[in-house]
Amino acid sequence: MAITKQMPETKVNSDLKFSKETYLRWYEMMQLMRKFEEKAGQLYGQQKIKGFCHLYIGQEACAAGAITALTKDDKWITAYRDHAHPLGLGTSPNAVMAELFAKSTGCSKGKGGSMHIFDKEVNFVGGHGIVGAQVPLGAGLAFAEKYNKTGNLCICYMGDGAVRQGAFHEALNMAMLWKLPVIFVIENNGYAMGTSVKRTSNVTELYKLGSAYDMPSEPVNAMRCEDVHEAVARAAERARAGEGPSLLEFRTYRYKGHSMSDPAKYRTKDELETYRNQDPIEVVRQTILENNFATEQDLEQIDARIKEQVLESVEFAEKSPYPTADELYKDIYAQQDYPYIQD
Amino acid sequence: MRTIQFREALREAMSEEMRRDQRVFLMGEEVAEYNGAYKVSQGMLDEFGAERIIDTPIAELGFAGIGVGAAMNGLRPIIEFMTFNFSLVAIDQVINSAAKIMSMSGGQYMAPMVFRGPTGSAGMLSSQHSQNFENWYANCPGLKVIVPSNPYDAKGLLKSAIRDEDPVIFMESEQMYGDKGEVPEEEYTIPIGVADVKRPGKDVTIVSFGKIMKVVLAAAEQLEKENISCEVIDLRTVRPIDYKTVLESVKKTNRLVVVEEAWPLASISSEIAFNVQHNAFDYLDAPVKRVTCRDVPLPYAPTLIEASLPNVERTVNAVKAVMYKK
Repeated sequence: MAITKQMPETKVNSDLKFSKETYLRWYEMMQLMRKFEEKAGQLYGQQKIKGFCHLYIGQEACAAGAITALTKDDKWITAYRDHAHPLGLGTSPNAVMAELFAKSTGCSKGKGGSMHIFDKEVNFVGGHGIVGAQVPLGAGLAFAEKYNKTGNLCICYMGDGAVRQGAFHEALNMAMLWKLPVIFVIENNGYAMGTSVKRTSNVTELYKLGSAYDMPSEPVNAMRCEDVHEAVARAAERARAGEGPSLLEFRTYRYKGHSMSDPAKYRTKDELETYRNQDPIEVVRQTILENNFATEQDLEQIDARIKEQVLESVEFAEKSPYPTADELYKDIYAQQDYPYIQD
Repeated sequence: MRTIQFREALREAMSEEMRRDQRVFLMGEEVAEYNGAYKVSQGMLDEFGAERIIDTPIAELGFAGIGVGAAMNGLRPIIEFMTFNFSLVAIDQVINSAAKIMSMSGGQYMAPMVFRGPTGSAGMLSSQHSQNFENWYANCPGLKVIVPSNPYDAKGLLKSAIRDEDPVIFMESEQMYGDKGEVPEEEYTIPIGVADVKRPGKDVTIVSFGKIMKVVLAAAEQLEKENISCEVIDLRTVRPIDYKTVLESVKKTNRLVVVEEAWPLASISSEIAFNVQHNAFDYLDAPVKRVTCRDVPLPYAPTLIEASLPNVERTVNAVKAVMYKK
């Protein structure tokens, strides 16, 4: 079944609003996300990585475009498709790969796995496994920023499936009522696992859900970093000005199945090809070359460096130890001497 | 010493901690302008303002989650449920977020916060408003669960709960809010996880907690007149449980009755009974008995409520049974 989702008209024209540095940063960030996850997918096939594993391939601009629009003190939260955001924010690929390998050197010490990547250093607050549950959490992160009058905001990602949960609606309502500095982002990749958006509701233009709460909302062509950056920057300005939250519907596409066990038979090859032709990395690459921001050779060098980085992360993960049994009773309570039942 | 109501003890605990720590705030339905559904937070809006005493829409899942997010980001929320019956709407955020965040982030994020409100039956409210989930929450690693039985304990334990670095479930009762008890003017706290011998005795140990302590103490009083001396232990905290105090008492009395308001299956009483048979088998002179709510939803009619809830008579009979007395 082909989806009828249309990309919103691009708001920037071809006279470039972004610098060479920004384009090169997007390219590098997205290539790292892509190459890291291609490797992770391969390793999953080899059973080096276990558990559930949800890849972001195709959706990279959703994270990259937002990263350049926000500051390092802003907070980030998402669901379980969560490898790319921290990689873009600067989390070491070694720590993410080691987490996928369940090793003690992983960013969550091997206790979270693919779905629970966290990195406090870069303000990446997970990595949450219950669809939609991260939406009130994101509003809560923003609540604390407002309470402490920091001027920071929270950007809270979710998939299109999450917008059918009550948690989403309750959080949007209170965030708007209290003017919390939060940007709600729906990564609409067309499918909640295998169920297309139009099979889940009569309302398929997801940004329109914001209107129920008088929340500024817009659709964004999220195959383009430029559009993502600009929409996030507008929302951030509102949030920092005390005007409260925004709802952005990022129209995007995941090339792979919902998780590694999903052959994605619910969609056509044509549909996949349509999106591959708008590949966010390819779009940025073309812009870089057309504007002479870098040569083919320069980009090849970047690619080679990233390949090296990814291979190194695999080697690091392979060599790292699993957590030892004495870790079992750690990181559950802040209280160090909590009396666990140990019959 | 002065006597104050249970609700005043709770209010003092919250207000003192809010004066002490700017990060503490209270959020829930009707906590601010209405002064609390049960007047626990009466006057707190006036003192602390709308930024720290926050009325919510009826959206337990949403505001519980906002509380967890705020706690993860450095604040110390007190989230009030109008009753814990309504917490079931929010239980995903309690179990999957608050109780898990520290473990699944490898210790990077924590949720230092309190979820509080009344639990259990409170008159003729029928089945949806008359339930005890102490054992449900106590089952979950990552949480601490406190169920106080009098104003003194309530104040000292709530202050400890607010200061605690871990998420705490704090369960009260509509039927206790008006209870009066001695509470000193000066500051004090009571440690979490420590039981209290409310009445020393030598013949039988009775273990209970929360509102049902009133039933147990009345039963002990009555049994005293029949020359049966009961040692009454108030658990005060049901996660973690102070097994040591229970075991020491059982080793002295050799007989145990556990009384609680929840349903029997996988309850706190089953847990205590397991622990005691496992660790003090040779000390027991009779099988452990328990008194719980009957294994049914609590109906509306007073006759049916009377037939279901633990009461003095059933407690007295259970004690006599472990004494092999009629």
